[in-house]
Amino acid sequence: MLRDPRMRQVMAACITLGFAVGVFAISFGVAAVGAGASVAQACAMSLLVFTGASQFSAVSVLASGGTAASAFGGAALLAARNGVYGLAMSRHLDGSLAKRLVAAQIVLDESTAMAAAQDDPAHRRAAFWVTGISVYVFWNTGTLVGALLGTAIDPRTYGLDAAIPAAFVGILFPMLRERMPRRAAIAGAVVCLALIPFTPVGVPILCATVGVLFGVPTPSPDQGTEAVAA
Amino acid sequence: MSWTFVFVLAGSAYFFKVLGLVVIGDRELPPVLSRCLALIPAALIAAIVVHDTFSAGQELVLDARAAGVGAAAIAAWRKVPLIGIILIGAGVAALVRAVS
Repeated sequence: MLRDPRMRQVMAACITLGFAVGVFAISFGVAAVGAGASVAQACAMSLLVFTGASQFSAVSVLASGGTAASAFGGAALLAARNGVYGLAMSRHLDGSLAKRLVAAQIVLDESTAMAAAQDDPAHRRAAFWVTGISVYVFWNTGTLVGALLGTAIDPRTYGLDAAIPAAFVGILFPMLRERMPRRAAIAGAVVCLALIPFTPVGVPILCATVGVLFGVPTPSPDQGTEAVAA
Repeated sequence: MSWTFVFVLAGSAYFFKVLGLVVIGDRELPPVLSRCLALIPAALIAAIVVHDTFSAGQELVLDARAAGVGAAAIAAWRKVPLIGIILIGAGVAALVRAVS
């Protein structure tokens, strides 16, 4: 498998992304401890919740004095998009129920994006697993480092908060070459931006899913009802 | 932060992942829906980019992140490898913060 130069390239990109997420995870460790979590709790969140956006949202609500219920609400809404990713990925991941229950834990922004960027099924599956596992390893390592550092550093000084959107820009760009994904991406971004000031945290990204309707070819009149029902 | 909070959040996060991938994902889907599903990553990743770049909670803001992500977009357009795009994004954001 690794004799295939294309596969090597894909693996390298997947591991690179995992590493970048790991560096970003340091800022989660710092934020969690700052919000009153113990080092063990910060690490348990990364091991078990393993949904970066939810974890960040939860600790930031708690840090600003929010109740556990409101922290949970926003975090759960952010986690809901992994359900949508799972649905998109299910066609590409086969295997036993046990294998898919393991795969479920690594259904993330990163693994889905990397898989979607590949052209054929073998590369897609490999990209999903390698990205998921490398993000898992690096995310948890980074969390531990950040939790131990505590508030000794400010991650923003190093631009770590820009590292993740920058990485996603890198993954998104090749997808924009085709017309349909480009339209879906533009619509998703516009919907998200428009909703940020008016809806609770988590809702704008979830609602960006409607962007796919702008990417699907306009149905002919006899298919119209089918498209609406879908 | 309580341990109950950690476990309840972990359970709900895993619930969504399993719901999409295993529970609903196993069914045969109509072709229109399949075409929609293929476009989900593009729509949501684009949303995450603008969200992580321009938002602070429920507020829209323009800060050093926008400069970093803008530079990253130029790098991506110039076909710079992923690691370079990430370093440029973080580096430019850090630089803008340092001088402002």
